Amino acid sequence: MSHKEKVTEVKSSSAGRSQKEVEELDQIVIRFAGDSGDGMQLTGDQFTTASAMMGDDVATLPDYPSEIRAPAGTIFGVSGFQLRFGGSEVFTPGDTIDVLVAMNPAALKTNLPSLKDQGIIILNEDAFTPRNLEKAGYTSNPLEGNELQKFKIFRANIGKLTQNALTGSTLSPKQVDLCKNFWALGLTYWLFNRSMEPTTRWLKKRFQSKPEILDANLKVLQSGFDFGETAEMFTTTYAIRKHETKRPGTYRYVTGNTAAALGLIAASKRAGLKLFVGSYPITPATDILHELAKHKQFATIYQAEDEIAAVGSAIGASFGGALAATTTSGPGLSLKSEFLGLACMVELPLVIIDVQRGGPSTGLPTKTEQSDLFQALWGRHGECPLVVLAASSPRDCFDITVEASRIALKYMTPVIVLSDGYLGNGAEVWRIPGMKDLPEFKTMLHTNVEGFKPYLRDETTLARPWAVPGTPGLEHRIGGLEKEDISGNVSHHPGNHQKMVELRAEKVARVAQEIPSMVSYGDPKAEVLVLGWGSTAGVIKEAVHALCEKGLPIACAHLRHLNPLPKDLKPFLKKYPKVLIPENNMGQLWYRLRAEYLMDFEKLNKVQGQPFRADEIEAKIMSMLGGRR
Amino acid sequence: MTTTGTPTSTGTKLIRKDFLSSIDPRWCAGCGCYGVFKAITSVFPTMDVPREKFAIISGIGCSSRFPYYSNTYGFHTIHGRAPTVAMGLKLARPDLSVWVVTGDGDGLSIGGNHFIHLMRRNPDIKVILFNNQIYGLTKGQASPTTAVGTKTKTTPYGSNDIPMQPLAMAIASGATFAARAHDSDNELLTEVMTAAARHKGVAFVEVMMNCVIFNDGAIESITSKTTRAENTIRLRQGEPIMFGNDANKGIRMGKDHRPEIVQMGQMAGGPSKSGLMVHDVTAFDSSAAYMLSLLSSPTAFGVFRQVNVPSYEQHYEVSVDPDVDKLLRSGTTWTTGEDGQSRPVESSKQS
Repeated sequence: MSHKEKVTEVKSSSAGRSQKEVEELDQIVIRFAGDSGDGMQLTGDQFTTASAMMGDDVATLPDYPSEIRAPAGTIFGVSGFQLRFGGSEVFTPGDTIDVLVAMNPAALKTNLPSLKDQGIIILNEDAFTPRNLEKAGYTSNPLEGNELQKFKIFRANIGKLTQNALTGSTLSPKQVDLCKNFWALGLTYWLFNRSMEPTTRWLKKRFQSKPEILDANLKVLQSGFDFGETAEMFTTTYAIRKHETKRPGTYRYVTGNTAAALGLIAASKRAGLKLFVGSYPITPATDILHELAKHKQFATIYQAEDEIAAVGSAIGASFGGALAATTTSGPGLSLKSEFLGLACMVELPLVIIDVQRGGPSTGLPTKTEQSDLFQALWGRHGECPLVVLAASSPRDCFDITVEASRIALKYMTPVIVLSDGYLGNGAEVWRIPGMKDLPEFKTMLHTNVEGFKPYLRDETTLARPWAVPGTPGLEHRIGGLEKEDISGNVSHHPGNHQKMVELRAEKVARVAQEIPSMVSYGDPKAEVLVLGWGSTAGVIKEAVHALCEKGLPIACAHLRHLNPLPKDLKPFLKKYPKVLIPENNMGQLWYRLRAEYLMDFEKLNKVQGQPFRADEIEAKIMSMLGGRR
Repeated sequence: MTTTGTPTSTGTKLIRKDFLSSIDPRWCAGCGCYGVFKAITSVFPTMDVPREKFAIISGIGCSSRFPYYSNTYGFHTIHGRAPTVAMGLKLARPDLSVWVVTGDGDGLSIGGNHFIHLMRRNPDIKVILFNNQIYGLTKGQASPTTAVGTKTKTTPYGSNDIPMQPLAMAIASGATFAARAHDSDNELLTEVMTAAARHKGVAFVEVMMNCVIFNDGAIESITSKTTRAENTIRLRQGEPIMFGNDANKGIRMGKDHRPEIVQMGQMAGGPSKSGLMVHDVTAFDSSAAYMLSLLSSPTAFGVFRQVNVPSYEQHYEVSVDPDVDKLLRSGTTWTTGEDGQSRPVESSKQS
C-alpha cells in the first residue's frame, strides 16, 4: 500500500502528510511495553492486525508478568508485546528489537537490553517521575544521563497529550488515562505507515454501546497519529518493502493455543464425531480450554477436578465414541501417565496436548521449554509406546492437532502433541483452511456383529475395532489387565503378553507410513544440517537462511513426528557430514536419535525459559564449520 | 440368549440371565460381592433399558472385577479413577445407563477426590460402593473405613485412623440420592438398587459387606439374624423412624439437637409415635439425612435422600451440525485477493 493511499484513509486534521522521508525496510521488530494495566497486549494485538491486514507477514510474542497483579510501576509488573512484521516470510517474533515503546521507566529498564544499537525508543515522559524511577530501581533519571545515547529517543508526554485530546470529555480521569495506549498506537501507526482503519473498525464494534468510550479512543488514536505528523520530532517514517504477496485466501492471525483448540473442533467435524475435551487449568495450556469453552455448541468441554480426572474423562468419552482430548502442561502430563498406560492397553483414540513449560516440578510456568520429550516418549510404566507429534509454529498447532486426531482415530491409539509456551502464546498470520481442504477421516465406529472380536486387528494399521456402548450385540469388556490377542479376554499367559507388547509397539511403528519424506531447506550440498523439532523451527530457519545468504553450505530440516520417526530419517541424516540438533532442553532428541541410529550428532542446548536467538544458532554452526571461513 | 451378543434392542423381554457374561464370577466363597452382583443384575432387566445401553465402569479391587461378569459394556479402569471415566462417558453419551462399581479403598482413598466431585456435580450415574472395611485384593491392609483398633497387616497393633463415613461424605458433597444396604438382606439390596436405578441424577449406594478372608465378622452385629433388629434401622419414606425387636424403639430429636433413642413406652403421653422423627427422603435440606447417615448404633439402612434437580449432563447440549467453517472465520479476518490486496471481512458472530 503506497504512502498516499494511506493518507486518504486517515481522518487527519492535517491536510496531508508533510514532506518527511519514508525509509523502506524489509522487516521491523517492535515491542510495546508498559505496566500490566497499560493495555500493552491489546495495543500489540491491534498493531498486529493492522499490519497483517496490509499483507505483511507477522509473528508475535506476548511477555506477561508471572504475577497476576504485580505492584504497578515495578519491573515485575512490566507487560510486553513483541511483534515482527515484514514483506517476506517472518520466521520468528525476532531476537532483538528495532523499536521500543516504553510507557514507564520499568518498561524501559526491562526491555533496553533487547534493543538494537540505533534502535528507536518512544517513551512516555510523563511516567518518568521520581516515584516511578525509584520503583523501577533507577537511582538517576536515564533521560538525563548518557545511557540512552546510542538510541534514537522520542519523548512525548503521552498522559498529558491524551488528556488534552479528551478535553471536555465526560470520562473520569482514570478512564482518560486508560486511553493512553491508543495514543501510542496512533503514533506508531503514523511512524510505520499503518492504516488505522482495522482499529477504528474494531473500536466501533467493541464499544458499540458505549459511545463516550468509543469517541474517546478514536480521538486519542487520531491524536497520536497527528502528533507524529505535526511534531517536529520525526524526520523519517518507515514502510515495509514488499517481497512477497500472500496467496489469495481468507486470513486471520492466531495464537498456537487458539489454533490447537480450533484444530480439535475441525478434526471432530471432519471425523463426524462429537468432540469431548476434559482438561484442568494449567499454564501455559489454559488458553486452549478458554477458547474451547467459548464454543460449547461445537464440543463438550469439561473442566475436571484434577489432571487425572481430566484425562480419565477423555478416555471415558473415547470409550463412548467421541473424539476425545485433554490439554495440559508438563506437571499435568506427569499426573496423567498412569491413565495413558490404560489408554495404550485398551487401545482407544485419544489426543493429549502438552504445552510445555520450564521444569522440573512447578519450574518456570510462564516460560517456554522443550523438556517433556522424554516424558512423552517414555514416561510411563511398562512397555507403553505412544505416538508423539510436535507443532512447529503457532499456526501449525492447528494442522498438527488435526493430524494427531486423524492418527489417533485411524490407529486407535493415544497421540501426544507437544507444543510449548512460545508456540501457545505466540501468534502469526494464518491462512484459514476450508473444512473441505482437511485430510479425510474414515468412519471408524464398528457396528457389525458378524465375527466381532474386540482385539481383532485391521491388517494395515493393526487398529482394533471401535465398538462403542449402545451398539447392539457388541457388548464386551475392556480394561487395564493384559488382553488375550483377538478375543480381548483377560489373559496372564506368558506368550500372549509378549505378543501383545509387540503388537502394540508394531501398531505405533506403523504410523510411520503416514509420515511424509524428509525435506530440507537451504543448500542441497550442505556440510552442516541443522535438525530441529517443535518451536525451534522458525529460529533455525532464520539462522540457516542468513548463512545461506552468505553462501555457506548449510541446510535445515524439521521433525513434526517424534514417535515413530520418519522412515527415511536415518539415510537422510547420513547424507550430511555434520548434523546439529538445537533444543530447548539438555539434548533429548539428540539422545533419542543417537540411541536409535548409533550415529553421532552435535547438540546445542538452551534452558533459560527463552527461545533460541538466531545468532546463537549461527555461532554454533560457524564453530562447526571449523573457523575456516 | 447367548452371552456373546445377540441384539437385544428388539423389544424382547430381558431377564437376569441376559446380563451374565460367559465368565463365572470368581470372588472368594462366601464373599459379599456375590449378593450385590445378584441384586444389581436382577435390577438391570427391570429398568426398561436395552442391554447394550448399559456401561459398567470400575476401578481396582475385588469389587472392580464386576464388569467382567456382566454381559454389558464394561470398563475395568485404574485404581480410584472409575468416576472420572464414567463422567466422560456420560457427558459424551447421555443416552447410556452408566454404573460405577467401586470399593472403600478404591472409591474413598485413592479415588476420594473424584468421589466428592462426582457427587457434587450430580451426573446421572449410579455409584455402588462395596464397603468391606479392608483392602482385600492386596491381601488385608487397613482401608479408609476400617474400624479403629482393627488389626490388619499394615496395622498389626490395631488401626488408629478414624474411619471415613462414605454415606455422610456423599450427602455432604451434595449427592441427590444416597442409600445404604448390606450384603445379607437381598430384599433391602434390591429395593435400594431399584430406587437408585430409577433416580435421575447421581445415585450413591453404600453396601456394607463382609470380607470372609481378611475382615470376617466386621459387620456381624448388623447382619446377624439375632442382633439385626436391635442394631439396624430400616428407613421408610414418610414413616416414623423405629427399630428394635417388636419395633419398640424410635429416634427423635433431643433437646440438644442430637438424635436420641427412645423406648416407645417412655414417650411423654404414652406409646405414641408422634414425637419421633419422620423420614423424608425428599427434603432438599440434607441435614436430617446427614445426621441419620452417621448413626452407628443402631445403623440406618434404606434410602436417605432422593431429591430431583437437573442432572449434570443436561447442561451440555451440543447443536446438531454447527458450522465449523464459519467458526474458523470468526473474529477479525481479511481476504487477500488475486491482486495481492487485502480487504477486511465484516466479522460475523460465531454460529
